[in-house]
Amino acid sequence: MGGKGIRIEGLKKRYGSGDTAVDALKGVDMHVAPGEVVGLIGPSGSGKSTLLKCLGAVIDPTVGRMVLGDEIIFDDGWKVRNLRALRRDKIGFVFQAPYLIPFLDVTDNVALLPMLAGSPNAEARAKALELLTALDVQHRARAMPSQLSGGEQQRVAIARGLVNRPPVILADEPTAPLDSERAMAVVRILNEMARKFETAIIVVTHDEKIIPTFKRIYHIRDGVTHEEAGEGRGFD
Amino acid sequence: MISLAGRDILHAWGKFVFTGMGLGLLIGVTLVMAGVYRGMVDDGKALLDNSGADMWVVQKDTLGPYAESSSIHDDLYRGIRAMPGIGHAANVTYLTMQVRQDARDVRAMVVGIAAGEAGTMAGWPPYLVAGRQITRGHYEAVADIATGFRLGDRLTIRRNQYTVVGLTRRMVSSSGDPMVFIPLKDAQEAQFLKDNDAIWQSRRRTEANPAFNRPGVPGLLDAVIASQSTNAYVNAVLVRLKPGHAPDEVAESIHRWKRLTVYTRTQMEDILIGKLIATSSKQIGMFLVILAIVSAAIVAFIIYTLTMDKIREIAVLKLIGTRNRTIAAMIMQQALVLGVIGFVVGKITATFVAPLFPKYVLLMPSDSVAGFFAVLAICALASVVAIRMALKVDPAEAIGG
Repeated sequence: MGGKGIRIEGLKKRYGSGDTAVDALKGVDMHVAPGEVVGLIGPSGSGKSTLLKCLGAVIDPTVGRMVLGDEIIFDDGWKVRNLRALRRDKIGFVFQAPYLIPFLDVTDNVALLPMLAGSPNAEARAKALELLTALDVQHRARAMPSQLSGGEQQRVAIARGLVNRPPVILADEPTAPLDSERAMAVVRILNEMARKFETAIIVVTHDEKIIPTFKRIYHIRDGVTHEEAGEGRGFD
Repeated sequence: MISLAGRDILHAWGKFVFTGMGLGLLIGVTLVMAGVYRGMVDDGKALLDNSGADMWVVQKDTLGPYAESSSIHDDLYRGIRAMPGIGHAANVTYLTMQVRQDARDVRAMVVGIAAGEAGTMAGWPPYLVAGRQITRGHYEAVADIATGFRLGDRLTIRRNQYTVVGLTRRMVSSSGDPMVFIPLKDAQEAQFLKDNDAIWQSRRRTEANPAFNRPGVPGLLDAVIASQSTNAYVNAVLVRLKPGHAPDEVAESIHRWKRLTVYTRTQMEDILIGKLIATSSKQIGMFLVILAIVSAAIVAFIIYTLTMDKIREIAVLKLIGTRNRTIAAMIMQQALVLGVIGFVVGKITATFVAPLFPKYVLLMPSDSVAGFFAVLAICALASVVAIRMALKVDPAEAIGG
């Protein structure tokens, strides 16, 4: 379950060195509590993607501290050894496009993560079906990704992000390809899942439709975040 | 854990099957090439087996009668037959030529076999599939069925006509030409028989030579001309040993007393395989190497392309925590499956195509087994490039930005 969400303190990321060095993140502070959905908004080149990659344990920050649940995952150059296992067990990803594995059916797309973590196939599939039912796509459990609508694919992608019950989910523009109705449906699902599974969810977005739904928003500009209260419309 | 490779193959089975079929045709050609070499070796061994000889007595310091020309007097076999350890000795001639039948002609090895009792003489075809052995001293023939001749056909060899009285099978020369057996005397004549114009010119030259045409020596000219128009030579004497006699000892004895070269079965096999078909086998070996390289390149290209198509999925798999070895195993398993499909198609193709080749193609199970493992090894090696590329994929590519 969720634990203590995610906490980031003084996170900096520098690319290159010497005269050509670029400071992409200049001191990011962030805290997302379990069961909370926050927005991360910023213009192109503001450092959103770099922050997302640092949070996703894909690239190493230069300095700062990241705490995921009860575990310190980065602390001024020190980091957990097995980043692959960290990504698999502690972080859920939902992308702009669903990026489902085209040669696996819906159930196995979701069950793949617990299988990779060593769960027996039957147990992993049971977990997957439970989530697919929660997301109301259980009737497409045997379908291939190419047979699903865009909204169904995104719900399956959310199920995949949640299946290992990670303390945090990183959602990168999850509503970008969807119309208003479907975008709002996805945000509703993210809020429900955050509450149900005590998961901290960070949604990176440009989507004006969904920005009013966040209770808290982090604006990022020139590598620095500023927190502000959101409208929190519709999902109380 | 589910098999990612298996699921991907099932999802894109058409791509794998059709690619495997293309690869299979290449593997089929490779198996046939190996079969051609095996066929050549088998032809050589069949030639030795079917001759019924334990030893071959040939002209001194030659590799005759199959690899080089050899010429020895046709009365030498009597002396050889009398030597210790010799059970049987028979003259034989070999001559490769075009044998005509009506309007067509067939390349064949004409074998002159000494008269004797059927089944006891070395050099005779050991079995027939139709008709009978040669029973007359002249103008009868037994042909291998690969010549296409039938019983009763009339063959023309030089200026004489022969009737096919028997048909045999797998009687071929070392180069795969089917054999036609005729009586020894006819074969001796055929080997050195000149055309009428040449005979006439030869007589004129002899008549003009004062050494042969002496007024004071009546009959000399006729005797010389008679000696010039007959052939008292054969290519080899085929020898069978008495039980209990070592071939090497008997061969040494003949070599010492008759001043002839003698080859045992082992030595003759070495000549046929090591010398006669050595160049061909090197040629085939080169083809096999080239085909193996081409197959590897094709598999590498296909697997690389298939992997390139999945870069985004691989990035996602890595991002969500898939081990590198799981991704590497997926790519290698796909390459191996491609190899297995290719091998099955290739083996079936080779099996059906081999009998259509004009020369004997021998597909040996051991070659197929070796070929199967070679294909797997090539496919595994060929997948290395794609694996290296997949392992370099940055999981951040799934996030973008």
